[in-house]
Amino acid sequence: MHVDTGHNFSETIAFRDELIKKRGVKLIVASVQESIDKGRVEEESGIGSSRNALQTTSLLDAIEQYQFDCAIGGARRDEEKARAKERFFSHRDEKGQWDPKNQRPELWNLFNGKKKDGEHFRVFPISNWTEMDVWQYILQENLEIPKLYFSHQRECFVRDGILMAKTHFVQLAENEKVTLKKVRFRTIGDATCTGAFESDATTLEEIIDEVASSRITERGGRSDDKRSDSAMEDRKKQGYF
Amino acid sequence: MKNSQASYLDMDLLRFTTAGSVDDGKSTLIGRLLYDTKSIFEDQLASIKKVSEKKGKEGINLALLTDGLREEREQGITIDVAYRYFATPNRKFIIADTPGHFEFTRNMITGASTANLALILVDVTQGIVEQTKRHSFIASMLGISHIVYCINKMDLVNYSKEKFLQLKAELEQFSAKLNTKDVRFIPMSALHGDNVVKRSDKMNWYEGGTLLHTLENIHIASDYNHIDCRFPVQYVIDSGENRNAFAGRVAGGVFKKGDEVMLLPSRSVTRIKKIETMDREIQEAFSPMSVSIYLEDDIEIKRGDMIVRPNNSPKITQDFNAMICWLSDSPMQMNQKYLIQHTTNQGECFVEELKYKIDINTLHRIEKDTLIGANDIVRISIHSSVPFFVDRYDRNRNTGSIILIDAETNITVAAGMIL
Repeated sequence: MHVDTGHNFSETIAFRDELIKKRGVKLIVASVQESIDKGRVEEESGIGSSRNALQTTSLLDAIEQYQFDCAIGGARRDEEKARAKERFFSHRDEKGQWDPKNQRPELWNLFNGKKKDGEHFRVFPISNWTEMDVWQYILQENLEIPKLYFSHQRECFVRDGILMAKTHFVQLAENEKVTLKKVRFRTIGDATCTGAFESDATTLEEIIDEVASSRITERGGRSDDKRSDSAMEDRKKQGYF
Repeated sequence: MKNSQASYLDMDLLRFTTAGSVDDGKSTLIGRLLYDTKSIFEDQLASIKKVSEKKGKEGINLALLTDGLREEREQGITIDVAYRYFATPNRKFIIADTPGHFEFTRNMITGASTANLALILVDVTQGIVEQTKRHSFIASMLGISHIVYCINKMDLVNYSKEKFLQLKAELEQFSAKLNTKDVRFIPMSALHGDNVVKRSDKMNWYEGGTLLHTLENIHIASDYNHIDCRFPVQYVIDSGENRNAFAGRVAGGVFKKGDEVMLLPSRSVTRIKKIETMDREIQEAFSPMSVSIYLEDDIEIKRGDMIVRPNNSPKITQDFNAMICWLSDSPMQMNQKYLIQHTTNQGECFVEELKYKIDINTLHRIEKDTLIGANDIVRISIHSSVPFFVDRYDRNRNTGSIILIDAETNITVAAGMIL
C-alpha cells in the first residue's frame, strides 16, 4: 500500500509503478486527494502548506477498509528522536493511536502480536539499521533505487534554510528566487516538505562517502519534522506512519 | 576511507545498555560519549541549543538528545528506552538508554534483554543505591556477560583515589554474588569528559582504559549457541516444488545438508535435503540466520514445531521452572490463565507454584510474600496447556526465554528465564 499525497515527485511515482509491474503484485493506493474530495480532511492553504499531516487520515481509513492487522514499514530509530522510542511491534489502538508512554515491554525476539478487533500493529523490521547500513546494503545487494537519490540538476529555492525543489505543488513567496543547482535527496517524502542537498554524488560509492562525512542528519531537510520540537511524536500519536 | 567502509557491514557490533539511578548523570554520559566521538550532527545540536535557550538554561543540555518524548523533556526524566547509534573506526555501537526510575524498570528490561554489556552509573557522592543493585541483578539475570560500573561525578570529590577505591570495594562485594563474572570500574566525570573518550589528566592514579577504549576493545563472546541444533518452525511453505520446506530462524547449533534430524513433538526422524536463503542454496545454517530447510520425507509439521538432532533434544515438557520479572501493574494471580509465548510456539498456562521472591538489596529469598507486583523478581513453576521444547536460559537465550501475556488485555505481563 502506498499513501499518496498527490504531491509526490513524478520520479517517485514512476519508480513505484515500474516496481509493481516488475514484481507482478497488486498495489493499493490510499489517496489523500480522495480524502480531501470526500471531505475527510481539509487542505492547508498558503505558502508552506503541506499535505504531510493529512496522510494520517488516508492511512487509517485504508487500514480500516482493508482490515489490515499490521502495516510493515522501513522507519528506523536513528532517523528521529521519537522514532528512537519505537518498538519493533508497535501497538495501535482502535483509533490508530500510539501511546508512547505505555508501550508493551519487548524482550529478546519474542514479539507479542496479540490485539483486539479493530486494533493494528506497525512493524518496523529495520528499526536498528542506520543510514549507513541501508546504503551499504543497497550497494552489496545491488538494489534499484529512484534516480532522485543521485546528484542531478534541478530548479531549487531556499526556504527556512532548507533547499527546496521547485514543483507545481509549491507556492513561492515573492522573495524566493529559483536557481539551478546540482542536488540529490537523502530522504524522499512529499515534494512540499522534502529538502534537497547540494551534492555531486552520482554513484552508490560516492553517496556512501558523502553519508560518512555528513555533519547533518538524514532528515535534517524535512520541514515536516521542524514544525515543532515534538512534530514527529505528535503526528505518530495520531497515527502517522 | 574506502577500505573501512567496505567492511562496515561486517564490523563488530557491540550492543550496550545504560542504567543507573535518577540524576546519576546517565544522559550526560551518553551525550558526552556521542559529542566527543563526533556522533552528534549539526542540526541536532542546533535543535537542542534552541530548546535549551528557550528554557533559559545556560549551556547545552545533552540529555535532550535521547529524551525523545515531549513529557520526558518537560519533566527531565527518561520514561522509555531510547536507542542511539554510533560508530568508531573499530566498532559499531547500539546504545539502549534506559530509564532510571523504579516504576519504569520494565522499559529498562526491554533495553537490556538484547545487550552484550551493561553500563551502570554510580554517583560517587551517593554511593550504592537500590537502583544500582536492581540494575546489576537484572543485567546478571538476563545473562549480560560484562558489567562496567561508571563511577561518575569524580570532579565533586576532587578526583579522590580513596573515594573511588572505597566505592569499588563495596561494589565488588555486592557483585561477587552475581552471575556476571567480568565486572569493571572506571572513575569518570561525564560532565567534564574525564575518562569518557579522553584520558583524564586529573586521575593519573587510574591505570585502566577510558570508557570508549573499554567499549571498543572488550571481547564480545558470541551470544549464539552453535552446539545444540534448534530450529523453531516459523512458517510452512507448501506450494508446488517447495513441499516440505520450513522457514524460520536458526535458534542454535549448525544445520548441514544431509544431516539426520528429529522433528518435535512427533519425534519423527528424517534428513535435510536442502537449505536455502532468500536467493540461493547454502550448505549450512547457524544462529541467527533465517533460512528454509527442506526435508527428505513428507512429514506433517506446523508452526511452533522444532527441528533438532536425534541425539541432542531440548526438554519436552508442560511443566517448568523459571525466574520471571513481573512487568504489569496488576499483580500476578495464581491459577489464572495466561498466554505463553516461547520461540514460535504459544499456548496457555498458569502459575502453579510461587517458590520465592528475590530481595533486591540482599539478594536473599523471601518465601512468605505472595503479593507479586510490578518489577518483582520471582521464581515460579509453570504448567502449560501444550508441551514446549525448552533449554535452560543460560544455555540458549532463544529457547530458554518466555513471555506471559494477559489473555484479557493482551499486555505482556512477565518475562521469564527458564531454569
